[in-house]
Amino acid sequence: MKSLSLTLAAGLLAAGSAFADGHEPFKVGFVYVGPVGDLGWTYEHDQGRLAVEDAYGDAVETVFVENVPEGADAERVMTQMVLDGADMIFTTSFGYMEATNAVAAQFPDVLFEHATGFMRNTPNVSTYSARFYEGRAVIGHIAGHMTETNTIGYIASFPIPEVIRGINSAYLHAREVNPDVEMRVVWVYTWFDPATEADAARALIDQGVDVLMQHTDSTAPQTAASEAGILSFGQASDMYQFAPEPRISSIIDDWAPYYVRRVGEAMDGTWEQADTWEGIGPGMVEIGEMTEVIPEEVRASATALMESIADGSYHPFTGPINMQDGSAWLAEGEIADDGTLAGMDFYIEGVEGEIPN
Amino acid sequence: MLIDPVTLIAALIGASTPILLAAIGELVVEKSGVLNLGVEGMMITGAICGFVVTVNTGSPWLGFVAGALGAAALSSLFALLTQVLLSNQVATGLALTLFGLGISALLGESYTGINPPLTPKLFPEAMQQLPVAGPIIFGHDLMVYLSVGLVAGVAFFLRRTRAGLILRAVGESHDAAHALGYKVVTVRAAAILFGGACAGLGGAYLSLVRVPSWTEGMTAGAGWIALAIVVFASWRPWRALIGAYLFGGIAALQLRLQAAQIEIPVALLDASPYLVTILVLVVLSSNKGRANAGAPAALGRVFHASG
Repeated sequence: MKSLSLTLAAGLLAAGSAFADGHEPFKVGFVYVGPVGDLGWTYEHDQGRLAVEDAYGDAVETVFVENVPEGADAERVMTQMVLDGADMIFTTSFGYMEATNAVAAQFPDVLFEHATGFMRNTPNVSTYSARFYEGRAVIGHIAGHMTETNTIGYIASFPIPEVIRGINSAYLHAREVNPDVEMRVVWVYTWFDPATEADAARALIDQGVDVLMQHTDSTAPQTAASEAGILSFGQASDMYQFAPEPRISSIIDDWAPYYVRRVGEAMDGTWEQADTWEGIGPGMVEIGEMTEVIPEEVRASATALMESIADGSYHPFTGPINMQDGSAWLAEGEIADDGTLAGMDFYIEGVEGEIPN
Repeated sequence: MLIDPVTLIAALIGASTPILLAAIGELVVEKSGVLNLGVEGMMITGAICGFVVTVNTGSPWLGFVAGALGAAALSSLFALLTQVLLSNQVATGLALTLFGLGISALLGESYTGINPPLTPKLFPEAMQQLPVAGPIIFGHDLMVYLSVGLVAGVAFFLRRTRAGLILRAVGESHDAAHALGYKVVTVRAAAILFGGACAGLGGAYLSLVRVPSWTEGMTAGAGWIALAIVVFASWRPWRALIGAYLFGGIAALQLRLQAAQIEIPVALLDASPYLVTILVLVVLSSNKGRANAGAPAALGRVFHASG
């Protein structure tokens, strides 16, 4: 029933697009997994869309559909966008991977950009993502210093490589500064559901967690952290309204430069299929202001870590690192290759629990 | 570390209250023969109305009243369209959900990232500190007790009162009820408004107690679960309570099992309320030989006095 309403929504959106001067603007569509007002993941993608509008003015027209479920519904929404004249479509969630490629195969003249995926079946599909794990390393470092119960909570969405990478990276860098640290992971199987996210946060807090990380899109865990008087990190967006406490820093995704660049390339005909994966260095991942709740020396060491990642002198996955079962993954000084990271489906040594399948 | 059953039960009661409130309202609506699929839209309207009023007045109780009134106002639109203008109930209900999601996003634009004043617990601190009974029985706010009271009230109303009998008669056969001189449209409109107010209370509970903050689209499907619970309950109030606590309980339980690092198949547990709903439907239909056992006979049908 929800799907029906979404299709209706897509239809309504499409109805408002008529240009009379004969000069057709370049039409760019965005498919969002949550609402633009989530103040997290989707909010940042929509900031990217607005940046595209600012950059090209009347030469572009943008449309978006929010709250599109991952799966077959997404395919309908994308097809509808193409039929309504979209020249380029950004699909901004991992679960749109099959749908994006299926629709792209049907419409070779339309360009598709899929966020966080790895499937590019036809030449008109590009993928792009940010190296969120670089940001996770920095906040993991801070969390390791800040926890007093030595228990960090992690609200995870779906067991996909992007999320697993984040857990591993955060744990690795927390353990580096605090060998006794333990990570509790709760999988909520949703990107956006404030009530469930809040419940997950409370379940973790009841288990003694005093620093909370999230890989979901709403600010509900921040509110729960605030109520319980524990610390948290903004996710995907700065979530600065929860600073200085509980939010002591954040990982911010900045999609705007990428969106402006790719739409520009598409408009002047230089767009080519690509697999973009950028981190702190190029600015696709940013670390939000560290508040004064964090001791000054920790702020300094976290900043140093961030800078070493940005200039490429340090890679968050540098050996020796073992897998969860104790077998060797990376030897001393060895750096993880992008292929392994992109498909990461295992925990590293020390993370407890099993990855659900 | 194990799970503390006391905090689990306390958590599940809180987690279930929004869907219970919405479900009990929708149950009355459906008992009168009207299918309102706009629960999601009414809930989110209640969530934002309650939130705005609470933030501006500082009183959660005024907020709950505003949530109920706001959602009831939205449902009056549904009543007007379906009862007076005889529009299709399914399409109108879906439109109501879309409208509610849209208007709540608009109203709530400047209210994101604000913490509302906390809703106080009903009983004094000393009673909440009692072992076991403290957190489970005395550890809640007024709305939790009100939701259970509402279930009892609706059960009594439907089974034991003349007005309840009339409402059920309208839901079973509007033509017969009309022939007996009952005002079908008035009864149904009243039921729709009641359903709207209940959904609004449920929404306000989400934004004021359960989350508590405002985020666009924050109901995230709770309205649809409330609709499923009505079917699960086969239109009986106490079963709706069991259904809501079952749905809420399993959700709370699985999160806690994970946090305690107890190995469980998460996806299976998450899907189990839906599996139970299907099972209940199968059992009900085999017992009574009808797929929609317990459903009001005139559910979803348009009534016109001439016809």
